[in-house]
Amino acid sequence: MDDLEDLYREIILDHYRSPRNRGELPTPPAHRTEGFNPLCGDEIVLTIVLDDDVIEDVKVDGHGCSISQSSASLMTGVVKGKSIDDAKGAMRSFKRMMTVADEDDPDADEPIDVRKLGELAALQGVVKFPVRIKCATLAWNTLAQALVEMDA
Amino acid sequence: MKRFDPERVRHDVPELRRTVHGLEMAYLDSAASSLAPSSVIEAMSRYYERTHTNVHRGVYQIAEEATEAYELARRSVGSFIGAPHPDKEIVFTKNATESFNLFARAWGASVLGEGDVVVLTEMEHHANIVPWLQLKEERGIELRYLGVTDQFRLDLTRLDETLAGASLVSITAMSNVLGTIPPIRRIADAAHAAGALIAIDAAQLVGHAPMDVVDLGVDVACFSAHKMLGPTGIGVLWARAELLASMPPFLGGGGMILDVKLDSFKPADAPHRFEAGTPPIAEAVGLAAAVRYLRSLGMDAVAAHDLELTGYALERLGSQFGDKVRVYSPQDLVDRGGVLSLALEGVHAHDLAQVLDRHGVCVRPGHHCAKPLMRRLGVPATARVSFGPYSVERDIDALLGGIEHALGMFG
Ligand SMILES: Cc1ncc(COP(=O)(O)O)c(C=O)c1O
Repeated sequence: MDDLEDLYREIILDHYRSPRNRGELPTPPAHRTEGFNPLCGDEIVLTIVLDDDVIEDVKVDGHGCSISQSSASLMTGVVKGKSIDDAKGAMRSFKRMMTVADEDDPDADEPIDVRKLGELAALQGVVKFPVRIKCATLAWNTLAQALVEMDA
Repeated sequence: MKRFDPERVRHDVPELRRTVHGLEMAYLDSAASSLAPSSVIEAMSRYYERTHTNVHRGVYQIAEEATEAYELARRSVGSFIGAPHPDKEIVFTKNATESFNLFARAWGASVLGEGDVVVLTEMEHHANIVPWLQLKEERGIELRYLGVTDQFRLDLTRLDETLAGASLVSITAMSNVLGTIPPIRRIADAAHAAGALIAIDAAQLVGHAPMDVVDLGVDVACFSAHKMLGPTGIGVLWARAELLASMPPFLGGGGMILDVKLDSFKPADAPHRFEAGTPPIAEAVGLAAAVRYLRSLGMDAVAAHDLELTGYALERLGSQFGDKVRVYSPQDLVDRGGVLSLALEGVHAHDLAQVLDRHGVCVRPGHHCAKPLMRRLGVPATARVSFGPYSVERDIDALLGGIEHALGMFG
């Protein structure tokens, strides 16, 4: 059952049990975007406040499996206080690690350096469970959609 | 009642000989799709090896044999569900979903208009909701729902009020999430008294309990072969002969006509009117073999076997896990089948199913295509456990071991 332990690493279980940046920011000024994974019924509500090109604050609410919820929690930790460009860079790296790189990602075929991913690397084990990749990427896809909606 | 030996059924099902992650497979997902015995698989191979050609066309020997095999399947399925006139009443479709769509399109769209009422229940599968929602959008029909009680039964306290003025009642004969079997006969009588037709979603019932459409008093029944030990790719729409004869065709093309001119066509009689194009012939042969197999087990015995396992599972889940495992399913063994839905304290159904997989246990996590019911229950997802004639107590023991593991991991 080694790969099961690889999937459910302690960091993931910890973020699942005590999610960071949980809740909803008041709208306005926050922008609110919902994401769904119809496969397992995961739902994510992302509220985000930008200050120029910086993600000043972000919160996530919703419900779902440990992978979708811990990934959302980890994501907030990575992008909060970062520039939009940095957030998009992390998003590209994460999606490459999940083997679902965006088509317009110039480095789509480059090997990824997981050390640069920090805590996000904890989700690496998901790749061995192809059905769960959608759970892991839900928060990031919701963030991508939010940035499009905000023209950011 | 003569009982069968589930170990013998296991021996008949080739898929149960494989292992998953090096373990015996504990297949507890028969409500999603059942595992076929080799007699079904061999009947289909034999058909392809010896008899295959198109049906209702050629005059050569194998064409006649293929047509005979296909029409024989119609009769055997018809007699299995007590259809008075199988030759006129059984339509082969792709699955239960297509059967509902065919009924909604052929009957619903030609008969129902603005304000006409269709009564459904909160425990329906999407296959018996979305086609009616489409008619609501397109034609302005009104949908009413019978609710679900806190004991996971259909709430019939306002049955007569809900049925007043309705044209159709379309309800599940067994819930694919709860296992609940509603009192179909009583609802059918009430529907007819109110001047409405009644259709049932028999997808979960037909392969798991004796079912007789005349005794149930229904007008329409829809089901899929792959949930009754048969192949994928074929389903059944049964409708009373007069009703089916009154319905216009849905899909047009070859096989469903009497005559075609450049500016008009005359449809064939039912059931061929509803079977445009080359039908699922090998699948019909497989379905007939599945029916033979189920008959050899005896449907009373199949139902009793499911209930025995359900009783064992309910008892063990309660004694071993108490409040840590919530069971969304009637707690007694009356008017129910072998399906139960579980939610664990602090463990999402998807995670539970993932852990169970490593124990060789196959259960389904999610909303089970019944989102309105999940909202009513107040859970986003459950892990559903369901039995078949090949299920045994050690499948449930493997489930219990996996639940223990998941609770330890996430707790
Ligand atoms: C109660 C019920 N109705 C309808 C269906 C739809 O069956 P199918 O997917 O074979 O069309 C299912 C199975 O998924 C079911 O459980």
